[in-house]
Amino acid sequence: MTTAIQQIEMYLEKFTEFQHVHLGQRLPWLRRLREDAFALFCETGFPTTHDEDWRFTNLTAIARTPFVLPSRGATQISRADLQHWRMEEAAIELVFIDGCFARELSVLDNSRRSLFISGLEEAFLSRTEQIEAHLGHYLNIRCDPFCALNTAFAEDGAYVRIGRAAVLDGPIHLLFISTSSNSPTMIHPRNLVVVEEEGQATIIEEYVSLGKSGVILCNSATELIAGESATVSHYMIEREHTEAFNISTLRIQQNKSANVASHALLLGGGLVRNNVHPVLAGEGGECLINGLFMGQGRQHLDNYMHVEHASPHCNSRQFYNGILDGHSHGVFHGRIVVHKAAQKTDAKQTNRNLLLSDDAQIDTKPQLEIHADDVKCTHGATIGQIDADALFYLQSRGIDQVSARKILLFAFAGECLERMKPGLAYKHAERLIQSHLLSLGSRSPDRESTSRAPDMERSWEEVE
Amino acid sequence: MTELAMQKRKEPMSLLEIRNLHVAVGGHEILKGIDLQVNAGEVHSIMGPNGSGKSTLAQVLSRREAYQVTAGAVSFHGKDLLAMKPEEAACEGVFMAFQYPVEIPGIGNTYFLRSALNAIRKYRGEEQMDAIDFLPMFREKLQLLEMDEKLMNRSLNEGFSGGEKKRNEILQMAVLEPKFAILDETDSGLDIDALRIVAKGVNAMRRPDRAMLVVTHYQRLLNYIVPDFVHVLVDGRIVRSGGAELALELEERGYGRIEGEARQTAPVSA
Repeated sequence: MTTAIQQIEMYLEKFTEFQHVHLGQRLPWLRRLREDAFALFCETGFPTTHDEDWRFTNLTAIARTPFVLPSRGATQISRADLQHWRMEEAAIELVFIDGCFARELSVLDNSRRSLFISGLEEAFLSRTEQIEAHLGHYLNIRCDPFCALNTAFAEDGAYVRIGRAAVLDGPIHLLFISTSSNSPTMIHPRNLVVVEEEGQATIIEEYVSLGKSGVILCNSATELIAGESATVSHYMIEREHTEAFNISTLRIQQNKSANVASHALLLGGGLVRNNVHPVLAGEGGECLINGLFMGQGRQHLDNYMHVEHASPHCNSRQFYNGILDGHSHGVFHGRIVVHKAAQKTDAKQTNRNLLLSDDAQIDTKPQLEIHADDVKCTHGATIGQIDADALFYLQSRGIDQVSARKILLFAFAGECLERMKPGLAYKHAERLIQSHLLSLGSRSPDRESTSRAPDMERSWEEVE
Repeated sequence: MTELAMQKRKEPMSLLEIRNLHVAVGGHEILKGIDLQVNAGEVHSIMGPNGSGKSTLAQVLSRREAYQVTAGAVSFHGKDLLAMKPEEAACEGVFMAFQYPVEIPGIGNTYFLRSALNAIRKYRGEEQMDAIDFLPMFREKLQLLEMDEKLMNRSLNEGFSGGEKKRNEILQMAVLEPKFAILDETDSGLDIDALRIVAKGVNAMRRPDRAMLVVTHYQRLLNYIVPDFVHVLVDGRIVRSGGAELALELEERGYGRIEGEARQTAPVSA
């Protein structure tokens, strides 16, 4: 058992090594950004369940694991290995192997002058000023040690810049692949997405693993800046294996009249924390936060929403649906902060949960902090089982029980799809949900299988 | 044709036979010995005051699990209905028009109905019906129930008015073409126009090879769907049976008198 001091020392060693090799020498501002972030991480260490923001998620398993940074180019991945994970219809696809941009495996289109899409590390040198102007300006490294850690080890990820009034029809697919390794590995993907005035784009961040095991901590952070009247859809799709720890933070900065949608689909991962933090910083902004988390076995899926209304006349809508089976544990934390200046705010939050087994658990917690006096804020949460009346209704029309359950599950999950715009990203999400539900719904309703599966998987709750 | 066969032909074909049916819910006995025979082509009505067990009978016949059969038997064209799951009963030809149809967000009406129809066809070894074959038939039934096709693009019963829900039940019945239909308080909450439309739909489906059980509290519906037989259910037993005129008598005199008579003649319970 390592002590907190030993933990920090371990990270310090890694950090010193890292600063030497990764551009820290050539870009003083980047060096400083990382050092400040690392100092903050050292002050706090990993959060515990005594922190209100982490009350329902025990991080001991992460804190005590001695993670190493991946060695570059250690794993040779061919195009054929990726076939299963690719989104064939996507015109632009960036592939990252253990956090590092793999240009040779990616499909890029930089023929349009209004678009610039590349790996972040490459862009650090070629587009230094653009990146310096945004990177680290929005992410709150003071409040979240994982964001601090990510910034300290920020090295690669995606850099996407959509120029003024540029409209990108198809999605940009960012495919993060973790390979299995003998020692526990940590990666800290860092993405920067800047959509300028009236620009329009769809970004899909997808996390997958090659292989079925290998302890990995994927601690990603994305800063998404939506310029005036920009329209952006962001998808976060988690499909890693169940030994993976996935902590992701999406920090959205919305300017005047920008319209941003964040869609999250948590299907895989062992311990997952999905942070979404939009700041509506300009008048007339609209923000949709839409998510679906589906847990089984011993999965722990924690969703932490922090919607900040900082300007008047903004709308935010949060809808998260959870389906939990086996011994899985879901968390929904919906925090809405309305600043004093943000009059006429209209904020709504809904979290609906379906528990498919007696051992599945959900903690749902709304938190409203309102400093303005002319606002509309509502929240609601429901927890239930598959509706017996609905099930009987379908059966009474000739549909067998297993199919009827699947239909009802898909209908529940489908509420999340209905809030996505039609297009390739929607189809991708629909396909993933459908195939995931087949694995979830195919077992018989009398729960024979639940007692068998969990033993094979790790428990995040039982660690001391 | 042999003499025996001739005789058999004249005999009405028994579709549903309920013998001495006792049903309990949560240990409390609701049906206390029901005997009823329904032949193909007949329309029977079950009438009775609130709490007499009408809806329980409907639910048991459509195989709702929560109802526990403590004694008796039900055969449906020769098969043991009580051994069937709800979906099996449906595939065998039982249909129930619900008193309170369920709203299910996220499932399209048309998708649902085609899935149901194809599940039944599969059970019967018939070919699956694709959208191209389904649609013309579906439109014809929609017309019969005077329903707007746009309604069908919505989720199942979601946001439907009471009347629309009941019409949707009869529409489903028209599409699924059951052998035996149970209408559970289909008239409740309907205005007179909706009642006429629903009755028109039901009457259009009366056929020599199909039977119906109309469960109702009021005689009103039976002005439009005229039954061949009326049975009065009081306290879990059928206390009187007769023709359509029995319904009128009940309307005039109320259930009170029959309930009183039933109490007098009821065996002293052990």
